[in-house]
Amino acid sequence: MPAVTETRETVEKLAKSSYEWGFETDIEMDIAPKGLNEDTVRLISEHKREPEWMLEWRLKAFRMWLEMKEPEWAKVSHPPIDYQDAHYFAQPKKKPGPKSLDEVDPELLKTYAKLGIPLHEQALLAGVEGAEDQKRLPVAVDAVFDSVSVATTFRKTLEEAGVIFCPISDAIREHPDLVKQYLGSVVPAADNFFAALNSAVFTDGSFVFVPKGVRCPMELSTYFRINARNTGQFERTLIIVEDGASVSYLEGCTAPQRDENQLHAAVVELIAMDDASIKYSTVQNWYPGDDEGRGGIYNFVTKRGACRGARSKISWTQVETGSAITWKYPSCVLAGEGSVGEFYSVAVTNNHQQADTGTKMIHLAPNTRSTIIAKTISAGRSDSTYRGLVRMQPKARNARNFTQCDSLLIGDQCGAHTVPYIESRNMTARIEHEATTSKISEDQLFYCRSRGLSEEDAVGLIVNGFCREVLKELPMEFAVEAQKLLQVSLEGSVG
Amino acid sequence: MNDFLKIQGLEARIDADGTPKEILKGIDLEIPKGEIHAIMGPNGSGKSTLSYVLSGRDDYEVTGGSATFKGQDLLALDPEERAALGVFLAFQSPVELPGVNNANFLRTAVNAVRRARGEDELDAVAFLKAVRAETKRLSMSDEMLKRAVNVGFSGGEKKRNEVLQMRLLQPSFAILDETDSGLDIDALRIVADGVNSLRGPDFSALVITHHQRLLDYIVPDRVHVMAKGKIIFSGGPEVAKTLEKQGYTQFLEAAA
Amino acid sequence: MSTGTAVQSSPALSAFVGRAAGHGSVLAERGIPTRRVEAWRYTPLRAFTETVWNEAPALSDHDVQSLLDALALPKAESRAVFANGQEAASQTRLSENLVRSQGEAVDPLEDRFSAILNAALRQNGLSIRVPAGVAAGTLVLVSLTSGNAISTHLRHQIVLEDGASLTVFDFNAGDGQYVTNPRFDIVVGKGAQLNHVKLQREGADAGHLALVYASVDANGNYDSFTLNQGSELARHEVVATLTQAHAQVHVNGIQIVDGTRLNDLTSMIHHAAPDCGSRQTVKTVLSESGQGVFQGKILVDRVAQKTDGYQMNQALLLSDKAQINSKPELEIYADDVKCSHGATVGALDDEQLFYLRSRGVPEAEARAILVQAFLLDALDLVTDETLRDVLIRSITA
Repeated sequence: MPAVTETRETVEKLAKSSYEWGFETDIEMDIAPKGLNEDTVRLISEHKREPEWMLEWRLKAFRMWLEMKEPEWAKVSHPPIDYQDAHYFAQPKKKPGPKSLDEVDPELLKTYAKLGIPLHEQALLAGVEGAEDQKRLPVAVDAVFDSVSVATTFRKTLEEAGVIFCPISDAIREHPDLVKQYLGSVVPAADNFFAALNSAVFTDGSFVFVPKGVRCPMELSTYFRINARNTGQFERTLIIVEDGASVSYLEGCTAPQRDENQLHAAVVELIAMDDASIKYSTVQNWYPGDDEGRGGIYNFVTKRGACRGARSKISWTQVETGSAITWKYPSCVLAGEGSVGEFYSVAVTNNHQQADTGTKMIHLAPNTRSTIIAKTISAGRSDSTYRGLVRMQPKARNARNFTQCDSLLIGDQCGAHTVPYIESRNMTARIEHEATTSKISEDQLFYCRSRGLSEEDAVGLIVNGFCREVLKELPMEFAVEAQKLLQVSLEGSVG
Repeated sequence: MNDFLKIQGLEARIDADGTPKEILKGIDLEIPKGEIHAIMGPNGSGKSTLSYVLSGRDDYEVTGGSATFKGQDLLALDPEERAALGVFLAFQSPVELPGVNNANFLRTAVNAVRRARGEDELDAVAFLKAVRAETKRLSMSDEMLKRAVNVGFSGGEKKRNEVLQMRLLQPSFAILDETDSGLDIDALRIVADGVNSLRGPDFSALVITHHQRLLDYIVPDRVHVMAKGKIIFSGGPEVAKTLEKQGYTQFLEAAA
Repeated sequence: MSTGTAVQSSPALSAFVGRAAGHGSVLAERGIPTRRVEAWRYTPLRAFTETVWNEAPALSDHDVQSLLDALALPKAESRAVFANGQEAASQTRLSENLVRSQGEAVDPLEDRFSAILNAALRQNGLSIRVPAGVAAGTLVLVSLTSGNAISTHLRHQIVLEDGASLTVFDFNAGDGQYVTNPRFDIVVGKGAQLNHVKLQREGADAGHLALVYASVDANGNYDSFTLNQGSELARHEVVATLTQAHAQVHVNGIQIVDGTRLNDLTSMIHHAAPDCGSRQTVKTVLSESGQGVFQGKILVDRVAQKTDGYQMNQALLLSDKAQINSKPELEIYADDVKCSHGATVGALDDEQLFYLRSRGVPEAEARAILVQAFLLDALDLVTDETLRDVLIRSITA
């Protein structure tokens, strides 16, 4: 979620334009029946008015998924997911919501207030009926309300620059050649259980194409939220940046309170050609469940970028504070000579949250470089794991990696774990890896408090300091929100 | 009648690897409004402990006595409440806060204290203006504001940073715990000027030091000699000179 | 272990289960792990599964003597010699400070293949205890193996009572295509000190699957150093538990891998009590098509506050065909701890090499000097000078 005012403006604009685009009139059904079979896949494809090749692609993925098992190597535990007990397609409209903020869970509103989200936007986030009927202007936003993009703004400015930025379902119809060429080329359907599931049933997401030599004239952002009960979210994002072009993409999300676990299994594919650069920033703030760990989102995400061109660069920055379970490893395949991969991550877990996140840096080509900075903060009864792979393949001459993983524990009921895999098959490649685990010292807390800061403000300040190397990689408007988010996420964790 | 700072029979101990160790063994001290007092004493006499107990560090267990400040039970307050009330401790060894931007820290602290005192918070512009004026006075470079709090600061820079915080937080009672240690003569003068400029009817201070030198610049109203957890002698500024010349022996013997 | 991750039927497994008679049920059920088992992802046992490994025949006194003569063993207070899995009584002499004992069962470690295999085919090794307060000097423990398609599965137990001390030089050598699968159960009492220095120089075609289980009581110290330098495939695995406050564990080592060999050092240091410390430095030098594996885990229980754990592993690649796989792992449940690890992988420094050569040192020698310099700070961790010299000779020879 970008800066608050912009967000509000964005959302208002979107809400308005959703009428202009008139999507809701096209489709009669709000929610597909529960369950997952070939018919569900056909239904989704049909609703999306997809060409036959796309349906075939989905069905192939679905058949692969049937043969696959849920991965169990991550350090997370949850009750078995009944994939037949979920809806795989939901429309944004016609859902009964609270009539006013008075009917919204006060705990949720408190959180919004702490984040500095204005009243009107709170209403919108909480799904209050009628909250969407307002107007104003944002950064370019492709909003995903539940499963369907309801609007795309600034399309025109982007079009003039030659940039394509649209819902992926539009891209499938309007730019089939690009989609055919690149979809699944970085994350094949068979990559893993959740990627296969996503490939079969993804309902929306963004498509970005930046042609040769174009620096995308604005930051692109997507605003996700889960709103329908028992509806899985299967977003699919595909970003292609041609030679010498560049783009910065922001993704943020928040979710209203729910008492049932919700599955989110997104796939993001990035492709960077010669001298291209992609910066992908995420602030993830899905509903983490209540203090006892009930409810909350299961966030099983596959994000991968391919540096195909020489000197290309892909940079992932993420601030992960939400979800009951996070399973996410934004990765870079460094195939272009001299290409660069970066991963900057802050993962905060509190209460009963579980996070298993990290990255993979696969060095295939000479002179490739990668940097990993991962900050893990555990509080309450949560568990947080950094899991990362650095692999130097035989051709990765003079490749370099630097990895720094730092864990901070707050309280003695949580866990922080570091599981790096370091593999080298090239003698000229260099890998440096450092990891530390520590706590906030009493000295630091006392020093801050003796200067007038409350204990929670002191923790917030020290934690933000701990994460500074990552936060400074975020676009400015994200950084502000991320800092607040860190503090709010850790409330009640000390004292 | 002094209703400013009043310490009576204060006793405190620390847990040293499982066994409690008495450090303060009955401190009696009053500092009236507007006065600067100095405490001198040999190493291990409990001077720093006194400063920590007054500012609210919870490693120390107060086992007896009382400390009131402006009529309130100081010992019942959290550190940040004491800060809001006007207590300021300039640390002997200022703590490093990796990654925490110094300017941001100062602003957060200043606004937290202003909020608690019912004053308006300073916006970024007003704050920067205030802070620049102070850094100039203390001959600090702006670059120090951009660095992480105390990280990589030299001893002198850390002490100046403490004085900078003090001036911005505008305490009514400051404890300076060996703020002179590690300072050369120019830095010492700058620090002393920083303190002296706060001097007035509404500002009191307790200066803890080993050396007469600092007291040449910050001339105290009273000097107390502390040893083995007690104040064993109190007198005027001349006591510091006597100590410098003759050492602690005669005071210790007199007290024995 | 879920299905599909273990080889359930193979010539090796059938033969082992047959030999194990009544003790092979766990082995038969678990099978031989494939690389899909996390603990074996970098160390394939594939080649091992295709051979029928028989019980090793006894060696004659003469054979044992000539094998021993080929070794330059350091002088020591005590010596125990095992040949093809049996104690060579005529070569063994223990000082009165080492008391023979019955090996008692400790943690079976049934999640670890080396332990399962040893449990199934267990042979009596050396079981001794050092009485309280006794400084028992050095014990040279020699394990020799000779022959083809044979395997040995010695079970040793060393118990140090409170305040006792002992240095064990654990020497492994042999010739032929064989598998050794020794297991040590080590108990270090309160304030006791065990130095375990191991030299693994099994034959170039051998397999070596060693497992050490050490439990360390208050103020005790298990200080181990392993030089992995032989075998086609070798894993030295340590599971050390710090059971009471102020215990210390060191699991250090060097691996020197060439040819097509694979050497593996895997450890789990388990902090189960507060105020304990662990240190680990592992260095691997790889040349030709050698493969090195380091898997080091530090586990800190919730109760283990004030843990001080440090781990460093470094690999030096001297060839384009060499490969290092390293997995340093922290699993931490206590907040007031100081735990860190570092890892580096790289080649010799070109500038240093050039500097030496520009001073007239031939390239090969210059490389050797730099490799030794790389290993030096690890070797310094061997506190016993005599044994350190033995290891240095093994590296430089």
